[in-house]
Amino acid sequence: MNGDLSMNETMKNDIPAATLTTQITLRNFNFYYGKYHALKNINLDIYRTQVTAFIGPSGCGKSTLLRTMNRMYDLYPDQRAEGELRLDGMDILDKSVDINHLRARVGMVFQKPTPFPMSIYENIAFGVNLQERLSRSEMDERVEWALKKAALWGEVKDVLNKSGMSLSGGQQQRLCIARGIAVKPEVLLLDEPTSALDPISTMRIEELVSELKEEFTIVIVTHNMQQAARMSDYTAYMYLGELIEFGVTDQIFIKPQKKQTEDYITGRFG
Amino acid sequence: MMDIRRQRKLFNFFALFMSMMAVAFGLFWLFWILFSVFELGVSALGVDLFTKMTPPPGSEGGLLNAITGSLIQVGLATLIGTPFGVLAGIYLAEYGGHTWLGRSTLFINDILLSAPSIVIGLFVYSVYVAKVGHFSALAGVFALALLVIPVVIRTTENMLVLVPNSLREAVFALGTPKWKVITKVTLRASVAGIVTGILLAVARIAGETAPLLFTALSNQFWTLDLNKPMATLPVTIFKFAMSPFADWQRIAWAGVFLITLGVLILNILARVFFRQKHKN
Repeated sequence: MNGDLSMNETMKNDIPAATLTTQITLRNFNFYYGKYHALKNINLDIYRTQVTAFIGPSGCGKSTLLRTMNRMYDLYPDQRAEGELRLDGMDILDKSVDINHLRARVGMVFQKPTPFPMSIYENIAFGVNLQERLSRSEMDERVEWALKKAALWGEVKDVLNKSGMSLSGGQQQRLCIARGIAVKPEVLLLDEPTSALDPISTMRIEELVSELKEEFTIVIVTHNMQQAARMSDYTAYMYLGELIEFGVTDQIFIKPQKKQTEDYITGRFG
Repeated sequence: MMDIRRQRKLFNFFALFMSMMAVAFGLFWLFWILFSVFELGVSALGVDLFTKMTPPPGSEGGLLNAITGSLIQVGLATLIGTPFGVLAGIYLAEYGGHTWLGRSTLFINDILLSAPSIVIGLFVYSVYVAKVGHFSALAGVFALALLVIPVVIRTTENMLVLVPNSLREAVFALGTPKWKVITKVTLRASVAGIVTGILLAVARIAGETAPLLFTALSNQFWTLDLNKPMATLPVTIFKFAMSPFADWQRIAWAGVFLITLGVLILNILARVFFRQKHKN
């Protein structure tokens, strides 16, 4: 109920709805780990080609929420979702959804860099090969395009045959982003993508995200509130599985409407 | 304060001393065994060993038929056992590990893993040798393959389970079908461990005597016929070492040397392979 209320308020007050279209819609959405009720009655809209950040204390359900959007939870039999979750009107929760196609449309980058045990080139070609049939030269172009987008091309263009695992942590994470965008998804989910990285690598990834949002809808989970403030257009504050407040990032950080949000943002709590 | 520190240092010294003594104790016997194998084995080495058949007592001969027999039977057993082991290991790690069937299979596999090898030999004797009415190399291959399978199942399952779930999720997140996740990524990530397991399984069956006594038996003559009894190094060593003839005993020592060397090389290969793969 809580989430529903804040949704309506923010919809009225903060969002210049004219130029924005919704890409992902959640209505009365609930999620369970076995018997544990992890997400409670979430109502939320994710806007196209905007950066939406999920913030909140550990265990509030922000990663859980992110992982429903590409049905990552499907890998674990005791996890289930209820309610409405739509991507451009398509019911994501429907059993008949081609899950591999869904995941091609909704890419994901994880907390820890996860290069595949293959060369840098193959790391990127792998996902593309699943969705498209490209000639060698087209694939070369795609790999270069993705690596350039991820600001990694300059560092690896001469060592494309080296193992992806031989890169540094920050480079590995950019490789994972390149791999994610190479398949040209519509949405990119970032699950604390910089929490395992040093400040310089973090900065590069933040810059990267602000460029990527020209083409992709980005949803990011972060523990770092400054990061959310710097990077995102919209921010959702979550607590104990509920969506407490959602709105334009500046509003949330400068003039939050809920006391709870304010306490968290000002560091009095969490 | 000082007292506690000194006590701790003393205790540390004592524990270190005891563990070093334990190492020395173990290594002492190991090196003694290796030394006598080397001393007695090398003196019996010669060209004859690799060119002549096992001789009757009192005449010149070698181990050619036993070496060939071992290579054939160990090779075939590995070829048969490995695919079963790897596929079953994949099933247990990636599909059925948490189901009732998966858990029972793992449990039974662990029992097989530690079953005395002579039990396997007697099993193949009763279900195959006794039915066809004669000993054969094929029966030996079956027995050895049955020893390979549980080892390979266990290592494959272990190595795949070690692949972090985060990597698995990352592959799935690209929209990869499960069979491709397994063949292209998780198997690749664990190939070094799996190959190491296979090499160690080969090393194990190369020295097995008991399962062959009731199956392949032995053969004093050259044969490549899998339906006939076939010589192997371990069984020949067993036969020759037990004999009262000095020249047979000499050949047995040479055989012991060859097997030890072979197993040593396999172990080193396994280590080198594992390390090289893990450097990337």
